[in-house]
Amino acid sequence: MDMKKDLVAASATPLVLAILAEGDSYGYAIIKRVTELSGGHLQWTDGMLYPVLHRLERQGHVAAKWSASENGRRRKYYRITREGRAQLAAQRRQWQVVDGTLRGIWMRTRTA
Amino acid sequence: MTTFADRPLEDQIAQWRAYLRRRQALHGSDVEELEGHLRDQLTALTEAGLAGDEAFLVAVKRMGSLDALSREFARAHSERLWKQLVMAPAAPDEPAGTGRAELLVVLGLAVAAAVAIKVPALFGLRLGGGDEPFYARNASLFVFPLLAAYFVWKRGSDAAHGLRLALPFAAGAVFANVFPFGAGSNTGILTALHLPIALWLAVGLAYVRGRWLADGGRMNFVRFSGELAIYYALIALGGGVLTGMTMMMFKSIGMNAEWLAQGWLLPCGAMGAVLIGSWLVEAKQSVIENMAPVLTRLFTPLFTILLLVFLGTMAWTGNPIHVEREVLIGFDLLLVLVVGLVLYAASARDPEAPPDFFDGLQLVLVVSALVVDGVALGAIAARISEFGFTPNRVAALGENLILLVNLAWSAWLYARFLRRRAPFAALEQWQIAYLPVYAVWAALVVVVFPPLFGYR
Repeated sequence: MDMKKDLVAASATPLVLAILAEGDSYGYAIIKRVTELSGGHLQWTDGMLYPVLHRLERQGHVAAKWSASENGRRRKYYRITREGRAQLAAQRRQWQVVDGTLRGIWMRTRTA
Repeated sequence: MTTFADRPLEDQIAQWRAYLRRRQALHGSDVEELEGHLRDQLTALTEAGLAGDEAFLVAVKRMGSLDALSREFARAHSERLWKQLVMAPAAPDEPAGTGRAELLVVLGLAVAAAVAIKVPALFGLRLGGGDEPFYARNASLFVFPLLAAYFVWKRGSDAAHGLRLALPFAAGAVFANVFPFGAGSNTGILTALHLPIALWLAVGLAYVRGRWLADGGRMNFVRFSGELAIYYALIALGGGVLTGMTMMMFKSIGMNAEWLAQGWLLPCGAMGAVLIGSWLVEAKQSVIENMAPVLTRLFTPLFTILLLVFLGTMAWTGNPIHVEREVLIGFDLLLVLVVGLVLYAASARDPEAPPDFFDGLQLVLVVSALVVDGVALGAIAARISEFGFTPNRVAALGENLILLVNLAWSAWLYARFLRRRAPFAALEQWQIAYLPVYAVWAALVVVVFPPLFGYR
């Protein structure tokens, strides 16, 4: 499915925060998780995840730490912060409003 | 998976990494993070059965366009497009802690320079009293040896080289102080003006680790000198503001801080700033664009216009040059300026590039400076034959001659270069080969002139 860029960009923040809320993770694993959760429908350009992560880090929503990975290289792990969880909750409410509204109108059009 | 057994794949990754590193918005740690991602992706793809180069193509494609990526990085880190000098992280190939050690050394030397200028006061030589000629003659000796010491430390030169470097400074200290200069002695003032020029060559020797003729060292020292002058001017501006604030604030509570400003802030700051400025130039050389060539580009056309208009006006009105006391010095300064413009234009130029408009402009500048100076020299020669030689006139004439020879030959080389008869490197070679001439002449003025003219 070809998604609109704006929609992908808008959903990136809550998705990344939600995945990090499941547990600490790193770039490649986050991308894999997104693909898995969306059943392959949500395809990100891999590189673009990192500016998003860095922006969240700068805003204090996530914290990052370099540590060794299982392959011996250094890897940057991200962890959601308290502010990040609050942000996630706020975004969740907003998306639920959007989702609920769309659901409502689409139900009606289908039944109509 | 740390590295791939597949040699070509490793090469491709290295190439990709080098390409990423050139992006200004991407820092070393970002590149490392992205490379880690690429390697994870490659592992997954090769495990899924793709050959090395196929996997590489897919992984790079998934990473997305690098232009878009660095644009996003730039948006997330807008400060990165403004190069930060003092906060810049150390180069990755430098061992950690070098920057901190260097900062400590520089601060130590700067404090030493600031203390050094106050040491003579312990022996009753008062700055701002009648001992100003002493301070003027010795000004460079308070700080240049420390600057040379910084370069000896920074370049890791051996002790023998350091000791050899101490010789010119010791000689300078002797010649600045053994001669019986009277009050208001002209040769004393000439020493004060020329000793720094002579000793700057010794600083240059420390800068190039004593290998004056080795590849590119001299030109780097020229670049360093220009950048230092600019940084020094900037620091001096800030120092002026600091001094003004000090005076104003203490005045508001009814205290006069003039002794603090003139006795401490100004002299100590002027000495320490040489070392701090040098350190900044050393730290920034690869970080920020050099300013001296930029100013050269800006002012070469303006000075060319000035000289041409001046010549035109002189020819039109027929007004001769009035030979006042300062005229000879004034035209010396003009030649110094033009030599500086030629030198710094050469320092930033790609020697391989073909002649362009700017080179033509340089030639016009040099030739018109030569003509203006020729006219002035004619007027001055008449005055000297009338009033005889004084130390000031001989020194100024000698300098004029030295600069004239330099510019005349530069004009010849520029003309040959513009007609593609000679490479640009010939001009660059000439300029840097000429550098010691200035220092040798300055040393002559310091050593020979006082006894020659009876210390007057």
